[in-house]
This record gives sequence, structure tokens and C-alpha cells, in this order.
Amino acid sequence: MAVSVGSEPTAHEDHHHEQSFWSKYVFSTDHKVIAMQYMATGVVMGLIAGFFAYAFRMQLAFPGMDVPGFGIVTPADYVSLVTNHGSIMVFWVAMPVLLAAYGNYLIPLMCGCDDMVFPKINRLSYQVFLLSAIVLVASFFVPGGGFGGAWTAYPPLSAKAEYNLTPLGSSLWVLAVALEFVAFLLGGINFITTAMNSRAPGMKMYDIPVVIWMLLIASILFMLSVGPLIAAAIMLLFDQNLGTAFYDPNRGGDPVLWQHLFWFFGHPEVYVVLLPTIGLTADIISVFSRKKLFAYRTILYTAFGTGILSFFVWAHHQFISGIDPRMAHIFTVTTLLISIPIAEMMFVYIATLYGGSIRFTTPMLWALAFIGEFLIGGVTGIFLGASGADIYLHDTYFVLAHFHYTFFPITIIGFYGGITYWFPKMFGKMMNETLGKIHFWGTIIPFNFIFIPLFFLGMAGQHRRIYNFEHFPELATPGLQNIRVFATTALLIMLSFQLVFFYNFITSLRKGKKAGKNPWKANTLEWTTESPPPHGNWPPSELPSVYRPPYEYSHPDREEDYWPQNVPN
Amino acid sequence: MGTPGGVPVQRNARILSNGALAMLIFSFAEVMLFAGLVSAFTIAKANALVWPPPGQPRLPAFETAFNTLALLLSGFFLYRAQLEYWRSKEATSAPVVVLQRPAAAARTPFLISILLGAFFVLFQGTEWVALLREGLTIASSQQGGFFYLIIGMHAAHAIAALALLVYAYRQLTHGNLTESLFGASTVFWYFVVLVWPVLYWRVYL
Ligand code: HEM
Ligand SMILES: [Cu+2]
Repeated sequence: MAVSVGSEPTAHEDHHHEQSFWSKYVFSTDHKVIAMQYMATGVVMGLIAGFFAYAFRMQLAFPGMDVPGFGIVTPADYVSLVTNHGSIMVFWVAMPVLLAAYGNYLIPLMCGCDDMVFPKINRLSYQVFLLSAIVLVASFFVPGGGFGGAWTAYPPLSAKAEYNLTPLGSSLWVLAVALEFVAFLLGGINFITTAMNSRAPGMKMYDIPVVIWMLLIASILFMLSVGPLIAAAIMLLFDQNLGTAFYDPNRGGDPVLWQHLFWFFGHPEVYVVLLPTIGLTADIISVFSRKKLFAYRTILYTAFGTGILSFFVWAHHQFISGIDPRMAHIFTVTTLLISIPIAEMMFVYIATLYGGSIRFTTPMLWALAFIGEFLIGGVTGIFLGASGADIYLHDTYFVLAHFHYTFFPITIIGFYGGITYWFPKMFGKMMNETLGKIHFWGTIIPFNFIFIPLFFLGMAGQHRRIYNFEHFPELATPGLQNIRVFATTALLIMLSFQLVFFYNFITSLRKGKKAGKNPWKANTLEWTTESPPPHGNWPPSELPSVYRPPYEYSHPDREEDYWPQNVPN
Repeated sequence: MGTPGGVPVQRNARILSNGALAMLIFSFAEVMLFAGLVSAFTIAKANALVWPPPGQPRLPAFETAFNTLALLLSGFFLYRAQLEYWRSKEATSAPVVVLQRPAAAARTPFLISILLGAFFVLFQGTEWVALLREGLTIASSQQGGFFYLIIGMHAAHAIAALALLVYAYRQLTHGNLTESLFGASTVFWYFVVLVWPVLYWRVYL
């Protein structure tokens, strides 16, 4: 199957065979099972990274405290905790959940085909990903402990064991990241090929749902940006283990080289995780305002434009690394430019809402929250993009708050929005709306209480990477310390509300109301099959055909307020 | 192909086979990988006070020019094989994409292409042995580090691509080379062939 041609919808021979537990859930090549594997792994990693945040925020609020469940946070623990918190959230939560889980689940279903074109490569992708997660977790337990040189891993700190004191941990960290990239390369190839070659008959380019487009553009961006970072990672591994000196200035190397290669990947990467959430927000908003998505094509062109532009802003992370000020100007201009398309997408969503008959279901709340919260992240990015302001703000808590106002909406809100929307399809049951709303407010309100204060700490000049503020009398005033305690308390509240979600998830799975094929009355193809869809998604003779674009809601000529893509007329 | 309601719907046309498209996308990522390596090397060279670093051997630019020719020829012969493959596929004119009869005409150029590719890799190997003897190691200088990194990365790709070509060749001789596999292996080899002159120019010259 791995390299079969499949010009016809590839009917699997094994459709109706009884499968063993292993071949059905562990070594399956079914895109839906692989999606669940990615999601489950991502959630587990998210819990680990959340626990890390709990441990180091406790240390910041109550320095030297014996943290319940963790113990005393030593300086080495602290740097390792923040480093791995960031690494995990970006590479082992945002990427697998948004890109891999939703991509795997939705692309074949929404394109109306029975599976990915390369199911075995898809399975291999997950296995490599799982291996990368295992390597990373193992790195916490080796002698010397886990890597602590920040998620950006700047050399020489990351390159020399004399500096970072984690000879094994740092190499395992690089290895884990490299393996993770291999997994997503394999996955991305599948996504693009499937959506290009296996769409349902009749589904033209402009009939593809926005969320699928965004997953594709994200995959393309990832493919085009990851190469230089893989190059950089190999060079770092060589510096660590083979005695090369690529980043060693004493021997003719250049440590800033890493920063260029890292951020050349790093900034497109933020759009890699942003676009899937932008996409699923579009779908959710259109469904729950029962209105046609405003300016479908504009969204696509904007996303392509943003994608291209995102390759020309990377040095805004390096304004104070010693780059030429004239170059800093250029990157200031590109950075300010890139906020325009982002703002435009937000306006497009608001225009979609305007005049719609809005239903405040849980997924809709998440989608709306995404718009509101992400806006704050985007706007604060503009301040950082101005190189003059950034000289002061760089590496303060302002930066930290900025990127949490982008990553949190993207990753956490995006995950919850997607799962509450597609849960009925994935598991055939409805989730409890009341619990869903309690969880929503219990997450969103504390989230703002954590990070709004951190903007102020940043503006007060509080540096990002300090283990214990008691060592800096001017930063340890009661006023500032109270803000830290406040933020940590809000974090504890937010974390505890996540229990509501897991409770809701499990009880809905067991006792939830039956969902039926199309509980939201949505148009896209995944809602035309059973919930949950069978292996092969549709019976081979009933694979859908497409007759219209995906967002025909409240069409004046129709009695019903929706018009599924697969209905001939 | 569902046509509910009797409305006929055309299946979407595809430009490339799955394998060729997938490998093409992969190759874009690979191009960026080499772009990263080469630009890093260019920066390192520009930063150096003297280049090549003192006490380090010169790279065998002339011999490698000859080897470059061998690799380009290999790509050319693979292209000939591809033409023959397409021609014989059209001759069968069936919609089946699996080629039933061995496309005899494609075999010879295919084999020559593989042999030339293998020659290229072996020749590189002998060069490496000589350079190591002369004191160019991966840790001896920036030049050594980048040389073995970039050229070694290319060699690794060449070996992987050759393995794929050999596998495809065996399928061809057994008469079941799919268009997808053939597309994937040729695209990968073209990538290896075409990226090489750039590396030769940036690293050896
Ligand atoms: C797509 C959503 C975005 C995400 C996920 C994101 C993420 C990040 C991250 C992770 C960092 C900090 C990196 C570090 O030093 O550890 C950062 C910094 C920065 N972001 Fe964003 N960002 C986003 C949008 C924007 C936008 C729209 C702009 C500008 C218009 C922007 C401008 C900046 C600048 C200038 C910095 C560097 C600040 C500094 O280090 O001094 N970002 N962003
Ligand atoms: Cu950036």
C-alpha cells in the first residue's frame, strides 16, 4: 500500500475483516486512529508541560518553597523545567494536536476519501513521533538531568557541556526535536498529496473547506522552513559530540548563525501552528452563525500571502544580537506588514458573524474567544516588532506575555474548539454543554489573569529568565512579588478547571446523548457519514461527490438553512 | 465514483502520480536543508581571515569535476529510461498504471544510470580516504567540518536514492513497476543530481 497508485478511491481489502486489538488500535493505518494516537500523545505531553509550569510558577511566586508534588526547585531544575515546558508545548502539543491530529482526522473525511494516500507512511509518522516523545521524556532522567538552555537552544550554552552541565540531556533534546521533524515531514507529505490527488469527485479548489486549506498551507510552510533548522540541529549535534566548531567563536565558528537558522524556521513555525486554528475557527464560526463565510477566497489569498511574508521577518527575534541596525529596520518593516493580513482575517470573521443567527454553543464560545484573545497577542507583537521598543522589551516578561497570548489561543483554545466541535463525529456522542461552558469560563478568565499582569511586569523591566527574584532587590519589592503570586494563583485555578474537561470528556463518552450523523447541521463532508465513521469512512460504493462550496448556510432558495456539499440539488 | 441523483460528477484531474508529488514536496524540504547548510558555509567562509584555513589540504576540484560529469550523465540516462517507460506505458494504453510487461527499452538506460550513480558514490569515498590521510578531518578546521557535513549529507542522500532506484529497477524487471514508485524514485534521484553542481560550486571552487 505504501507506494500504490490509487487513482481510484483505494478500497482496502481488509474492510470487513475482524481486526485484533493490536492491528485496530496500536498498529493501525487508519487515519482516524492515527489522529487519535497523535491527540492522546499530545494531551499527555500537554499535561506534563502543564505540570512543569505549575512547578516553576510556584518557585517564582514562593521562592525556595517545597512545591507539593515536585519538591524543592533547584536552579538546575528550574532552567530544565522552563526549557522543556516551552519545547513540549510547541513541538509535542501544538504540532501534534493541531497539525497532526486534526490534519489526520479531517483531511480524508472533509475531502471525501477513504484514507490518506500513504497509510503506512502515516503510521510510520506517528511511530517516529512517539519515539521522539519518549526520547525527550527519557532526557529528564539521564545523569545531569534534562536540557536547560531554553527552547531556543542558543549556543554556546547549548553546544558545550562545560556551560550547560547536561552533556546527555542536551544531545537527547536535539535528537528528540530532530526526530519530531522527521515525523512531521512524513505526515506533511501525506497531507498535501492526499488533498491534491484524492479529493471527492467534483470538489474543486474553491470547494475545499478553509480548515483543510489552512492545514495544507501550514504543512507547506513547515516543509519549506524546517530544512535550515534540521541543518542547524545536525551542526549542533556535531558540535556537542564530534568536536566540530560550527558555533564556537574561538575556533572560527559563529554562534549567531544558530539564531538565524533557528528563527528562519521559528517564525514560519508560529504560522504553522496558527493556521490550523484560524481554519477551524472559520468553520465553526460559519456553522454557528448559520451564515456563509465572508470572503472565502480572500482568506485563502491572505493565508498564502502571510505564509510567504513569514519567511522574511525572522530577525525581529534578534534585534539585540548584534545585527546591523539597517537590517533591523528592514525586519521592522516586514514585521509590521505581517500584522495586516492577520488583522484582516480577524475582520473577516467578525464580518461573518455580523447579522448571523449566532448560537452560543461551547465550540462557538471557543472560536469567539480565539478571536478576542489572539488579537491581544497580535497587537502586542507590533510593539515588539518596532526595533526601538524591542531594545527595551526584549527578553522581558512582555515578550513572554505576548507569545502566550498567541500560543495559548492557538494551541489550547484551538484544541478545545476543535474537540468540542468534532467530538460528536469522533465518538458518536454529544458532549455536555453545561460542563463545557463551565470549563470554558474556568479556563478563559484565569488565563487573562495570568498573563495580563505579566505584561506589566515586563514593562517594569522584569527579565524573563530569572530563577529567584530575591536575588535582585529592585525586582523583589512587595508590589512586584504580589503580582507574581497573583499570576501563579490564577494558573492554579486554570489548571484545576481542566479537570472539568476531562470529567466531561469521559462521562460524555460513556453516557452522552447519541449524536447522529450531523448534529450541528453542517455542510462539510465529514458530517455525511456515520458518527464515528467506519473504517474506510464511507461504504466503498457511497463515497461522496461534491456539488458546491462548503459554506452555503441560510441560502434564500432553500427551506433548510444549510445545504450540504454532497447533495446534488 | 458516487453519482447520487444521477448527476454525473467528474473525478478531479491529477497532474502527478502520488509518489512523484510526494517526493517532489519532500525534495523542496531537502532543497531548503541544503540551502541552510550552504549559506552557513558561505557565512563561515566570509568570516574567516584566511581561507582555506592554513595547514589544510586543497580539495580535489579537478577530479571532482570529472565525477560531477558522471553524476550528470547518470541523471541523463535516467531521463532516457523515463521516456522509454512512458512510451511503453502509452503503448499498452490501458488505464492500468501497473506495467504488465517489462519495458525492455527502459531497462538499459535505467541500469546505466544506476551504475554511474554507484560510481559517483564510490569515487567520492576514495576522495574522502585521501583527504583524511592528508589531515582534513571533521574537527580539524571549519573547512573540514563543513566539507564532511555538506558532502556527507549529499552522499547519504545519494545512497538512499540509489537504494530506491535499485528497488524500482527490480520491480521493472519483474514487470510490476508502478508509476507512483517510478515517479518517486526518479524525482529523488533528479534532486540528488541537480543539487550536486551547486554544492560543487560552493564547496570545491
Ligand atoms: C502567529 C502568532 C504568533 C506567535 C505564535 C508568536 C510567537 C512568538 C514567540 C514564541 C516569541 C518569543 C520567542 C522567544 O524569544 O522565546 C515571539 C516574539 C516576538 N513576536 Fe511573536 N508571535 C506571533 C505573532 C506575532 C505578530 C503578529 C508579531 C508582529 C506583528 C509578532 C512579533 C514578535 C516579535 C517582534 C518578537 C520578538 C520579541 C523579542 O524577543 O524581543 N509576533 N513571538
Ligand atoms: Cu517571530
